[in-house]
Amino acid sequence: MVIIEPQGLSALFDALKQKGYQLIGPRVVDQAIIYDEIGSPEDLPVGWTDEQDAGVYRLRKREDARYFGYVVGPQSWKKFLHLPILKLWEAQRDGPSFEIIPNDEPVPKMAFIGVRSCELQAIAIQDRIFLQGDFVDPHYRSRRENIFIVAVNCTEPGGTCFCASMDTGPRAQSGYDLAITELYDAERHVFLVEAGSPAGETLLEQLPHRPATEADIQQAHQLLEQAGKKMGRQLETEGLKDLLYDNLEHPHWQKIAERCLSCANCTMVCPTCFCTTVEDVTDLTGETAMRIRKWDSCFTSDFSYIHGGSIRASTYSRYRQWMTHKLASWHDQFGTSGCVGCGRCITWCPVGIDITEEARFIRENPVT
Amino acid sequence: MAERKKPKLAVWKFASCDGCQLSLLDCEDELLAISEQVEIAYFLEASRATVKGPYDISLVEGSITTPHDAERIHQVRRASRVLITIGACATAGGIQALRNFQDVREFTSLVYASPQYIETLKKSTPIDEHVYVDFELRGCPINKYQLLEVLNAFLNGRKPNIPNYSVCVECKRRGNVCVMVAHGTPCLGPVTQAGCDALCPSYHRGCFGCYGPKENPNPPALSERFTAMGWSDQEIVRAFRNFNAYAEPFRKESEAHEAKS
Ligand code: SF4
Ligand code: SF4
Ligand code: SF4
Repeated sequence: MVIIEPQGLSALFDALKQKGYQLIGPRVVDQAIIYDEIGSPEDLPVGWTDEQDAGVYRLRKREDARYFGYVVGPQSWKKFLHLPILKLWEAQRDGPSFEIIPNDEPVPKMAFIGVRSCELQAIAIQDRIFLQGDFVDPHYRSRRENIFIVAVNCTEPGGTCFCASMDTGPRAQSGYDLAITELYDAERHVFLVEAGSPAGETLLEQLPHRPATEADIQQAHQLLEQAGKKMGRQLETEGLKDLLYDNLEHPHWQKIAERCLSCANCTMVCPTCFCTTVEDVTDLTGETAMRIRKWDSCFTSDFSYIHGGSIRASTYSRYRQWMTHKLASWHDQFGTSGCVGCGRCITWCPVGIDITEEARFIRENPVT
Repeated sequence: MAERKKPKLAVWKFASCDGCQLSLLDCEDELLAISEQVEIAYFLEASRATVKGPYDISLVEGSITTPHDAERIHQVRRASRVLITIGACATAGGIQALRNFQDVREFTSLVYASPQYIETLKKSTPIDEHVYVDFELRGCPINKYQLLEVLNAFLNGRKPNIPNYSVCVECKRRGNVCVMVAHGTPCLGPVTQAGCDALCPSYHRGCFGCYGPKENPNPPALSERFTAMGWSDQEIVRAFRNFNAYAEPFRKESEAHEAKS
């Protein structure tokens, strides 16, 4: 582990750019901290933070000049790895037959700056979905293969965070090339940096740094220890899967449906939600066609449409499907929880429906 | 491929502002391609030359507001193989359906010097209250890409890709920051059907609901949030009472808040 000064960030960014990486990181846009293309450390949200609660997000000025003094924003890294809209292929009519023209647009090499621990776990979950088993998604793979990840440990969890409950944070455990802990107090402002891969190791050596002292490591450890206790939300996961399976007819689902807009925001912002739909479009002449893939959601009616109608016509059944998939059947399907506790579905639900509250209600009021 | 016979297209106007027909003329680049694929047989906004029916595809703009139009729409239906309504007027009664909440005779006596010559119906109603409609294309005005998609789909015998989910889905796919959550701006996106590619939120405005209610909408839950954000019942009435005021979920919501205010 080493210490780099804030100026060291410029060296890091330059080194990544030299290796051909496009830098993607946090910046202030439209009164929020979003992930976008960035050029230099000046683009980072220095001195900004976010206040988050159910259905509410506010950008605020900080008292200090921290680079990473905010938590997770409106959209996750999913939008760079699993594109919201993607042309899969085009087809050109050729007499009685047709020719398929695959989409082989070049994929950029991207360096993600500021990936939080819950987000690393979410990427690991999507890796399992798209890269393992019999059907590998070539589009996800081609993007995923070329990512360099600079993680940031969370020392100040947000109002809707609950990674500590999900065992997915606040400290980055794996899946990064470099991990940074921002150390900030009256005396100093430095970054404790740790390499998590050979590529990270090599890069770190090129940066101006000094070895970390035991005190530096202790300070980071303490900050993260405290952070784990300051989560804005909590979710009791003990026996959660069976609890939900046992309560599929709980009257509370109907109560949630009275508030839920079935607007699908929660699924769009969730870093693990992966569902898509495909649209086939033709041009006016019928000579060319295209297949386009778009993010879809279990909150739409078309999502569960099969011959004769939609299986989940009611909001009741849609919300129940979503939440039980996240917290229960995901375990059966993929061997982990589908929720990493990032809190986005709570913050970005326009009416502030809170997955942790709904689960708690069912736990405290089971139907037997 | 065997040369297909050019289908005949007609465009009809009822009570409306012509904005949706303009969206068709707005297709500039694509208009030539359209005219190569279809015979534009009846489109007074574009040409006075007309070809007699029957027509393969009729696009109907506007709502029914007069006894004469209530008859004429049946003639249009009889002359059309496929009838597609376009825009908020044709699909929900339009902005002129605001009269449905008042006494229209009072309006005519205020607006016209000789109201006895005005023959108008009490209500402005969507086309599907009068005849069978094959497909409804929403919007005020409609989106030209959606119009092309619908024409494309009917010409190629496939289902149009016109989703009925919320504006939020398009808003999020576009990567917008939610104006409701991050700015505290009331937005009708969560109860409104997609199709505009989240135009207003992309410019930091709340959605005005011009595509009308989405499938399975929940306006009461959204209004509750608007109230918590500081909106009065009157403001909520105004939000739901515009281009799609007479679409049932929006109508019920404005009436509920009108009763309270
Ligand atoms: S379910 Fe909610 S808290 Fe869990 S990972 Fe998805 S968005 Fe984050
Ligand atoms: S839980 Fe919230 S974000 Fe999700 S569909 Fe319902 S209202 Fe929309
Ligand atoms: S800005 Fe409006 S349309 Fe966009 S996600 Fe928020 S509530 Fe939905």
